[in-house]
Amino acid sequence: MKGNLSPDVSQCLKLLRTMLLIRNAEERLGADFRDGKLPGGVHLSIGQEAVAAGVCAHLDAGDQIASTHRGHGHFLAKGGDPRALFAEIYGKREGICRGMGGSMHVADFSRGIIGANGIVGAGLPIATGAALANQLDGDGQMTVCIFGDGASNQGVLMESLNIASLWQLPLLFVCEHNGFCQFSPAATVTAGTISDRAKPFGIPVEVVDGNDVRAVWRVMAWATDHIRSGQGPAFIEARTYRINNHFEREHLVVTTPYRSEEEVSEWRRDRDPIAQLQQWLRDKSLADDAALAAIADEAAAVVDDSAAFAAAGTVPHANEGAGFMFAGTYS
Amino acid sequence: MVRIRFIQAINTALREEMQRDDKVILFGEDVEASIFGDTRGLIDTFGSRRVRNTPICENTLTGMAVGAAASGYRVVLHMMFANFIYTGFDGIANQMARMRLMSGGQVQLPLTVIASYGGGRSNAAQHSDTPFAPVMNLGGIHVAVPANPADAKGLLKSAIRCNDPVIFLEPGGRGGELGDVPDEEYLTPLGEAAVVRRGGDVTLIGMGSTMRTTLQAADMLAGDGIECEVVDCRSLAPLDEATLCAAAACTGRVIVVDESRDRCSAASHIAAVLADRAFGDLRAPIKRITVPDCSLPYAPASESHLLPDADKIVAAATTLVRAGEVT
Ligand SMILES: Cc1ncc(C[n+]2csc(CCOP(=O)(O)OP(=O)(O)O)c2C)c(N)n1
Repeated sequence: MKGNLSPDVSQCLKLLRTMLLIRNAEERLGADFRDGKLPGGVHLSIGQEAVAAGVCAHLDAGDQIASTHRGHGHFLAKGGDPRALFAEIYGKREGICRGMGGSMHVADFSRGIIGANGIVGAGLPIATGAALANQLDGDGQMTVCIFGDGASNQGVLMESLNIASLWQLPLLFVCEHNGFCQFSPAATVTAGTISDRAKPFGIPVEVVDGNDVRAVWRVMAWATDHIRSGQGPAFIEARTYRINNHFEREHLVVTTPYRSEEEVSEWRRDRDPIAQLQQWLRDKSLADDAALAAIADEAAAVVDDSAAFAAAGTVPHANEGAGFMFAGTYS
Repeated sequence: MVRIRFIQAINTALREEMQRDDKVILFGEDVEASIFGDTRGLIDTFGSRRVRNTPICENTLTGMAVGAAASGYRVVLHMMFANFIYTGFDGIANQMARMRLMSGGQVQLPLTVIASYGGGRSNAAQHSDTPFAPVMNLGGIHVAVPANPADAKGLLKSAIRCNDPVIFLEPGGRGGELGDVPDEEYLTPLGEAAVVRRGGDVTLIGMGSTMRTTLQAADMLAGDGIECEVVDCRSLAPLDEATLCAAAACTGRVIVVDESRDRCSAASHIAAVLADRAFGDLRAPIKRITVPDCSLPYAPASESHLLPDADKIVAAATTLVRAGEVT
């Protein structure tokens, strides 16, 4: 596998903190949805936290990410404010997008989070344009586009690979392969190995276990080094698994199962990225139970605070949308 | 004043704005060679950093325009033929039109999409459309439609300076047309129509390519003693409703001339606005001269039969005015 740097203890603990924050936040959002507290549906990334955490660990504040409809984890890992995330998903004015975007559109441009996207694959061209801006700026910043295995079947993947390679853009493609495109197992809709699609463009690729956060971190160290040293784009295919339903309303719309209970529980039991890292830290005597419990408590406290903040938020007034259509200014 | 061609006006606007602001970049398919001539030569002045030929991949180009604009650049994307807007529609309709609201106003998207629209040159049905309706309906995007070189230059400069997305639709096949353009720097504001001829009998409203036929018709009608108030919309979104209503009130008889297919056209929207806001000033039903709900054929006679022309406008105006005289 590419990448010969490994995360040190403090970096591992940081990865654990990020993953636990995402996990806690999403478990809370799932519960909130079931309790009828959310105006819309949510797509959760439970079980996939290692991708968000490992990828974003290597990004600076000025680097940009384009994310997906399943983007809460990417948002938090890139430094997005948990309070503003919760308030957004609760549809409150204190939300990062003033309650105008909701779960599928969480974005914080001031932190380089240039948008989750409700259109599968649409982040690819946007990230390509952002990477063009990085290249023109010439300040060493880069853009990461995170997209699903389902999105890989959109034509814009080929188009973006072509331009990124042709122009040697500082763009990292991260395919977060969670095994499913909505209710279709990947094998039923996707031919071949996704990362192979980048190879004919001369883009270096690496397939990584997306549930092993240290491995994701290692591959990211290679990819960011490659890109920041001006060698053009790179492609990572992170293989992971979606534990929850496609979205939290799925049981209302899908009646035939498209995967087995055993498969899900196997991944949950044996491959959980958080449990795996915790186990590794214990095995190596790098953290004891008390330290690990403290990290978990910390994440839970942040989520409690965020949910309370969101619940106490204000509701946008009925005509608030109109004010957000145009900047209305000129240079 | 200088007398220059339509494409020169566009080219000069681009040149001036690229000189004014380093952040202005231009990309699109063959913008170096430039099929219409409007971007020709810019590569020599501004270099391949800021002027880039792209691969053919419209959906990626429109999305890239959004990404680069969101990251601090002032983007001009040339889409070539307006039909290719359909090919790249996700970046336009789902991204550039939506991102500001979805982000709660965090982001501004200073970007201009240029395309050449309209029929009349046997370019056949996939290179002849007038896609006003789909872009006017998006919200979040301004739509500018110049009818002459002066407005082409002034509107494009405003579009490039605008911190919101603008679709700039140039009438196809009219690049060589000459017009007077002021020597000094000027901007044509977005969202302002122009009254280009005064008259008390009938009001003709046109935009872009239909202004030439509309003005021809006004000349012909003047020969018959019918005086036309003529308005050039110049922008379709925002639409200058006040000027259109005032012009309608001048005569009480309105004909809207639009090269779109009739259903949900710019003309039908304008008619709806006037029916709402100027009903009391109207003396007759509003007429629309548009393209029937048909794709534009290749064969010249079959194509021109469908397009608005001066004779159709004259006939409609004469009927409206004469009907008024009888009652
Ligand atoms: C253009 C488009 N087509 C279809 C959908 C409906 N849809 C939402 S998510 C999804 C599956 C996407 O799969 P993938 O890219 O693998 O991401 P995942 O949901 O697995 O995270 C689909 C088909 C959509 N939102 N956008």
